[in-house]
Amino acid sequence: MVEEYLSLFIKSVFIENMALAFFLGMCTFLALSKKIETAIGLGIAVIIVQTVTVPANNFVYNNLLREGALSWAGYPEVDLSFLGLICYIGVVAAIVQILEMVLDKYVPALYNALGIFLPLITVNCAILGGSLFMVERDYTFAQSVVYGLGSGTGWALAIVALAGIREKLAYSDIPIGLRGLGITFITTGLMAIVFMAFAGIQL
Amino acid sequence: MKTKELLLDPVVKNNPIALQVLGICSALAVTSQLKQAVIMGVAVMIVTGVSSAMVAFIRNIIPNSIRIIVQMTIAASAVIVADQVLKAYFFDVSKQMSVYIGLIITNCIVMGRMEGFAMKNKPLASFLDGVGNGFGYAVLLLAVGIVRELFGSGKLFGVSIFSLTTEGGWYLSNGLLLLPPSAFFIIGVLIWVLRTYRPEQVEKE
Repeated sequence: MVEEYLSLFIKSVFIENMALAFFLGMCTFLALSKKIETAIGLGIAVIIVQTVTVPANNFVYNNLLREGALSWAGYPEVDLSFLGLICYIGVVAAIVQILEMVLDKYVPALYNALGIFLPLITVNCAILGGSLFMVERDYTFAQSVVYGLGSGTGWALAIVALAGIREKLAYSDIPIGLRGLGITFITTGLMAIVFMAFAGIQL
Repeated sequence: MKTKELLLDPVVKNNPIALQVLGICSALAVTSQLKQAVIMGVAVMIVTGVSSAMVAFIRNIIPNSIRIIVQMTIAASAVIVADQVLKAYFFDVSKQMSVYIGLIITNCIVMGRMEGFAMKNKPLASFLDGVGNGFGYAVLLLAVGIVRELFGSGKLFGVSIFSLTTEGGWYLSNGLLLLPPSAFFIIGVLIWVLRTYRPEQVEKE
């Protein structure tokens, strides 16, 4: 039982890394990885939001949208799964908004540290991608909690690693046209190849 | 602005992927085969155009504080239509592309054009701007897709162009190009080429 969740966690952090294996959340990944500090702030925000939204969407999917899910309300033949996308993004936007208010009220230190990153996360495709993968793979509620935590952690790990490399890269002599965005792409490509080494691991 | 500028500026001068760094996620994931790249490009073009036009129609009555949610709902509706159409007519491809069609919602090109252009302009101009940006995205997607499929498996749209050594031909395929990370290298080099010709696009430190 515990073993199953542990392997799901390891799998979602390393083998199916959101950023480096599925290339999700790339816009923010490339734009906000110039400094380690900002990368850590954004990473933590993604972990929190991902751990909350994936189970929330799992609940919405299993109790409202999927075929036969509405049988508790007396409509056993209704299938609303085509409304999935709009519901998930609505849930994500709402939760980010609520989280912002809750953090502002009860944990102002963390709220100030996360600053602008929290609202930005609504449009981070890693968050929506997490929910879509959860639906596609038919996770149970407990699995979705573990998956949310794992995939968020994996993404945070990847952006902190890239920020570390980019801080060092600032001292190297790169051809002018390649500076900035170009070399970041190539670095990320190399990191993705490294992460492919995990793909052979069976859990 | 003129129609031509609206449509063609985003292709070279102000390419959403190469210069604005928007919408990269899907650019990397769906380009190993040209067919997927074409379908993705067309889907993004239509979604961006339609949702920009719709936002522009109601731009004067959207309350400022909830505009992001309104924009997202509009984009999500457009994507659901695109997703359902693909499922109905191109079921195999839609299965292969799994979650990436749904992720057009969070494709920053769509959001960026709605927020940056459609909120301040008339519907027709916004539609053209959306289609133009979608087209700039599609062109880059196609360029990456052609390189990856041609040199990775010797084919274009699944039709053999180079005969492979494994089938008695002369071309030894480059397996790296079929792996997802290769898209990073190709886009990196494309940006390098683009910026060598247009040095003003290099970002300042």
